[in-house]
Amino acid sequence: MSLRILVGCKRAIDYAVKIQVKSDLSGVVTEGVKHALNPFDEIAMEEAVRLKEKKLANEVIAVSCGPAQSQDVLRTALALGADKAVHVEVPAKEYETLQPIHVSKILAKLAEQEKVDLIILGKQAIDDDCNQTGQMTAAVLNWPQATFASKLQLKDKEATCEREIDGGLETISIKLPAVVTADLRLNTPRYATLPNIMKAKKKPLKKFSPKDLGVDITPRQEIVKVCEPPKRQGGGKVASTEELVERIKKLGVN
Amino acid sequence: MFRITKFFSCSSLARLKHTLVVVEHDNQKLSQITLNTLTAATKIPKNETVTCVVAGAGCGNIANEVSRLAGVNKVLVVDDSNLQGFLPENIAPIIVDLQKKNNFSHIAFGSSAFGKNLMPRVAAMLDVQPVSDIIGIDDENTFVRTIYAGNAIQTVRSKDPIKIFTVRGTAFEAVKPDSAASPAEISPAGLTATATDKAAFVNQQLAKSDRPALNAAKVVIAGGRGLQNGENFKLLYDLADTMNAAVGASRAAVDAGYVPNDLQIGQTGKIVAPELYIAVGVSGAIQHLAGMKDSKTIAAINKDPEAPIFQVADLGLVGDLFKEVPEMTKMMKKN
Repeated sequence: MSLRILVGCKRAIDYAVKIQVKSDLSGVVTEGVKHALNPFDEIAMEEAVRLKEKKLANEVIAVSCGPAQSQDVLRTALALGADKAVHVEVPAKEYETLQPIHVSKILAKLAEQEKVDLIILGKQAIDDDCNQTGQMTAAVLNWPQATFASKLQLKDKEATCEREIDGGLETISIKLPAVVTADLRLNTPRYATLPNIMKAKKKPLKKFSPKDLGVDITPRQEIVKVCEPPKRQGGGKVASTEELVERIKKLGVN
Repeated sequence: MFRITKFFSCSSLARLKHTLVVVEHDNQKLSQITLNTLTAATKIPKNETVTCVVAGAGCGNIANEVSRLAGVNKVLVVDDSNLQGFLPENIAPIIVDLQKKNNFSHIAFGSSAFGKNLMPRVAAMLDVQPVSDIIGIDDENTFVRTIYAGNAIQTVRSKDPIKIFTVRGTAFEAVKPDSAASPAEISPAGLTATATDKAAFVNQQLAKSDRPALNAAKVVIAGGRGLQNGENFKLLYDLADTMNAAVGASRAAVDAGYVPNDLQIGQTGKIVAPELYIAVGVSGAIQHLAGMKDSKTIAAINKDPEAPIFQVADLGLVGDLFKEVPEMTKMMKKN
């Protein structure tokens, strides 16, 4: 089995950064802020590379949609083991309103062009927290979907996926080509080693515009405003177990 | 029904809205989140009707239960053995067909694993950019949701002719069971379900518990890495028993294998907002706070006085949980 895998790689503000809302309430401050490959996409990338190492896949293509800086995460993906990268360039202004519906159509077009058997995406991006792109891409292609995957086993052209759901775990079986979205416990991603970072510089990186792929990125949603959540007081202390229990009993919740 | 085009949107006549709520259930039991989703649907300005679709295999009882909820005007049923396993590949086409027949202005799903899996597939099939996990409705086109793990609140206005969204359960009150003045009409949707050959449901491994569910409990006790292993979670279960509380966990505890995944509370796990949240041995990372910072009262027990959890706690106790928790359990049991 020699699968061709497409992995979505989004450049998002690093998970450890304390974000700041812009004073004009138009969005979150991203200039000069540390960004990284979306953690769920790292997991997706790791899964794809492992499939290659198991000789079940022979080509892993990393894709990122965004302005020039998106190439940073593509270089990371190449260093982690992707064979080639595709940058779908979206200028900064338009990127602010690029939504999953656009990305799903872009990924679908690329999947068809590259004759991909499996698309692995992170289950959600930690910036917009949408959790939509995988499902939408599957719909555009009319492929089956396995979301929140915590285990993936491939045999012939079929995948058995264990998924994390509200009550526990669910196992489904899907036929390739398919879309899988990676959840936290699918794997533990590797770090890019320095030799691999150097090797990555020689790997191919192709650039397209959404127009090249026939995708209209006119926004469907307008961001009216972005503001800070109500501040929580916090810092309340109790001196002893007795005091804690007393205060809890006073709440009268049980 | 004629397809309402953009031509009418500028009219001074307020175009009435009709909402479809996709009911979540397992054929035996109605999911709690449907009750919150229903409330959200009734809060859509200019909304005239709420139709609930019950799709399943042997779901007649669910349809009856839904018809007796206040705010429901109509119940449409698709009862088909092909819907065994509730696969999105089989359910999404049904919702799309319903939409084409009835021209709803809004389609609402609960923001649960089921809703999150299904809703975007439906949206893409209808060429709509959906809105996930709404916490508020400003007007019939404008929704409020959180981004960056709840550290920012985003208000979005949808330009699509159909608004499709998932509802965060904790943001809307649950409709009370049997609250309808008279039951709504139940009718078959008149659609056949086809089972895709591209996907098959294999099995589910669900936790069985007599304890309240995380999203319904008034009190939630969550354990983190500080518990050190799975056996120690018994301390939390014992405390929970004195308060009829649910037990949850941080990502760290689940990753380490102390407890199963369905206990995870956080940005990418469950989001809860109980009356009282007690965080035990939980450091309070941003991603965990995302799942519980809307709780009414937050208590925390941690031996590290610098733990970030204390910044959001109302009742913070610096101490050794292995000493404090059993003490608390003893005291809670008294009177």
